[in-house]
Amino acid sequence: MTYVPHSQAERQAMLAAIGVDCVEDLFAAVPQALRFPKVSLPEPLSEMEILQELQWMSEINADLNHYACFLGAGAYNHYVPSVVDHVISRSEFYTAYTPYQPEVSQGTLQTIFEYQSMICALTGMEVANASHYDGATSMAEAVLMAVAVRRGKRRKVILAPTIHPEYRETVRTYTQGMGLTVTGDDPGKLGEGTGFDLEALKALLDSDTACLIVQNPDFFGQMKSPAALQGLADAVHEAGAMFIVSADPISLGLFTPPGDYGADVVVGEGQPLGNAISFGGPYLGYFACKDRFKHKMAGRVVGETVDTQGRRGFVLTLVAREQHIRREKATSNICSNQALCALAAGVYLATLGKRGLRTVAELCYHKAHYAASQIAALDGYELVSKDPFFKEFVVHFPRPVSEVNRYLLEEWGIIGGYDLGQVFPHLAGCALLCTTEMNPKEEIDYLVEALAEVGHE
Amino acid sequence: MKLDKDCRYAETHEWVRVEGNEAITGISDYAQEQLSDVVYVELPEIGDSFAKGEAYATVESVKAASEVYMPIGGEIIEINGELEARPQLVNEDPFGAAWFARFTIADPSELDDLMDADAYEKFIAEEEAKGGH
Repeated sequence: MTYVPHSQAERQAMLAAIGVDCVEDLFAAVPQALRFPKVSLPEPLSEMEILQELQWMSEINADLNHYACFLGAGAYNHYVPSVVDHVISRSEFYTAYTPYQPEVSQGTLQTIFEYQSMICALTGMEVANASHYDGATSMAEAVLMAVAVRRGKRRKVILAPTIHPEYRETVRTYTQGMGLTVTGDDPGKLGEGTGFDLEALKALLDSDTACLIVQNPDFFGQMKSPAALQGLADAVHEAGAMFIVSADPISLGLFTPPGDYGADVVVGEGQPLGNAISFGGPYLGYFACKDRFKHKMAGRVVGETVDTQGRRGFVLTLVAREQHIRREKATSNICSNQALCALAAGVYLATLGKRGLRTVAELCYHKAHYAASQIAALDGYELVSKDPFFKEFVVHFPRPVSEVNRYLLEEWGIIGGYDLGQVFPHLAGCALLCTTEMNPKEEIDYLVEALAEVGHE
Repeated sequence: MKLDKDCRYAETHEWVRVEGNEAITGISDYAQEQLSDVVYVELPEIGDSFAKGEAYATVESVKAASEVYMPIGGEIIEINGELEARPQLVNEDPFGAAWFARFTIADPSELDDLMDADAYEKFIAEEEAKGGH
């Protein structure tokens, strides 16, 4: 069959209707030299040859199967059980599009419902949506929601300076043109090193504040105590604003869920839950909130119900919030969810269970603390993280981070930490290192040996 | 279509009933009919102030979400919490049990811009004749 739906006669009729002779005439405004340039391409290859070439190119990448990785900073190398790929590769899930029709989409709807339920359990919230694009956009959606909850009357958004820098940028991108004041995250607000004082954020609260956002564990891996965060939550609520927390979902397998210390909305990057790092995406942003805000929540929500014969079934619910009904009055006009990534997260959580997730979190925590203590004992290296930390920590290197990283990569086959000086000038020379259950003790010792050597060069 | 003779009406189909310095407001029977089944009513916070014509509430039906406007300006002193649990009241009793909010009247002269029941009935007939509402 032909994949071009229009016949020559139909095309001629359309061209005649707009008054041109041929399709090329439509491009007359483009300079002749640029119109149909000769593209210099190599000769065609057979399927076998092109596969070999692509294989060769892909092997130039430093991939996680062949390198030891101590890089995190928002994307995390966790083990993905093989059952995850087996389930999500089923064609019923792999090809399904928007599940608007419950009569033909019960399986997909049920997996989304289960994903939402597990996100609620993990965060201590009452309602979760079917996901957003990634952690950064789910934070931006939380800001839009907080503004919508107060009917746009409150215009100030307070961000902790320890939130992932790209998340803070995304919030600004999403809200540009809305006339909001996004404040609080000037790196100057950070104290010595990576420490920061919740009191400084409290001081910014006023009657114009729509929401205040913290990340916990923060971008540097540090955690505040539930009591301190509850104190902050109380102050936020006192000011009539919403308290939003961004959290690494793996950490919630071990530490207090944000719902227990006063969060109204919990968001975060869902990639650590059964999704591969895959060069930065696709990921998923999880989003959960208290029940009373559900009408202002963006995105899609699946609910459990019964049919006319009393049998359990799943449907999209609360659809009046969505763009196709609320249109310009919707909280957000992005309703896309990352269904396949959310399915992976759901299968991952169901596979590990509570105990398994806790074990993963404990392994991350203990390995990070082992690595930090070993590195801090090296000459010239200083542990900058002072607060309790989860799976990431900050170290000051004796030489520029970019130099150390190049050496680790080329001489030792190690992917080093995130160079904090790129974003935080006062942290030049500091690296953010990450360990997960994927770093065996021998690999950590190997990193320590490599750092000792590069430190002495 | 029901009308309440004691109310005054805005062209955006809200009613207001004056009680001394205060007033209560809701949406008309005609408005609820146009919306079809109401599934959610979002009300303002007590203490919020709105100018005449400013959106202060939202009604979600199975077919649309619509803003509800203040017929005259004022400060919200009471909201009808019953609507949260029973939004269908808007369809059942728009002039009674489904009042939206009580507020203090900022400027009584703003009432002069509103229609009485007869004028409102005529206004609807004209709108219907135009084919729009």
